[in-house]
Amino acid sequence: MNVLEIIFYALSAFALVCAIMVLISKNPIHSVLWLILVFFAISGHYILLNAQFLAIVNIIVYAGAIMVLFLFVIMLINVKKDSEPQKQLFVKFTGVIAGGSFLTLFISLVKQAMPLVGKTVPLKEGTIGLIHPLGKALFNDYVVPFEISSVLFLSAMVGAVLIGKK
Amino acid sequence: MPIQYYIFFCLALFSIGVVGVLTRRNAIIVFMCIELMLNAVNLLLVAFSKMYNGLALQNGASATAGIDAQIFVFFIMVVAAAEVSIGLAIIVMMYRNTHSIDINFLNRLKN
Repeated sequence: MNVLEIIFYALSAFALVCAIMVLISKNPIHSVLWLILVFFAISGHYILLNAQFLAIVNIIVYAGAIMVLFLFVIMLINVKKDSEPQKQLFVKFTGVIAGGSFLTLFISLVKQAMPLVGKTVPLKEGTIGLIHPLGKALFNDYVVPFEISSVLFLSAMVGAVLIGKK
Repeated sequence: MPIQYYIFFCLALFSIGVVGVLTRRNAIIVFMCIELMLNAVNLLLVAFSKMYNGLALQNGASATAGIDAQIFVFFIMVVAAAEVSIGLAIIVMMYRNTHSIDINFLNRLKN
């Protein structure tokens, strides 16, 4: 077991533990902080895959912008700590059973999938995740969706202001 | 690293998101679990793009094969940012009208 596999397992375990803590912590602010740790672990995975541009964008956009937005909203609406009435134990149990059967089903499917046998992901090599090839692809083949996404952002901004005002 | 390990990890993250959506009642936590599911899918897209790129390099194809998936992940992040701003604005508006973000209380779409 070389050092890359150790990093993979450590990052995966860290992300899973933090994701479970997002679910089971009572205070929403603690959930946001655990979710930020999950995003950092996923950025570590991107770096391990040598997708450096996506790692940086993931930290800036998700851990930076989106999570700050969540924190702002939670502090703005001032949810009292015990204001979330717990669902009945039956509903929680059913939810966990449903998620677990989903996971079991897909794991058994992936284990049987013959086209995936022997396929490996090269870690820490390859150049497609760097800025230079990504920028070339983005501004040659995908320039129209890139411009359309700016219109999407404009409409999202107008919509957020329109909904939030009143 | 075999691709199956990445698939298992992303499935586990996605299932945690599904369980969160099914069991929590706070609308903001439900929204955060949806973000978690989006991130699991993003990571899987990047892993598959690296796998495809490695196979293409072995077969002597062009060095940028599989770059489309990373562009897709970029656009997914763009759409997720827009979606979060709208969704949180809706949650704030609902809280202003009903003084609650309990999704069991908000399931009527009326009043």
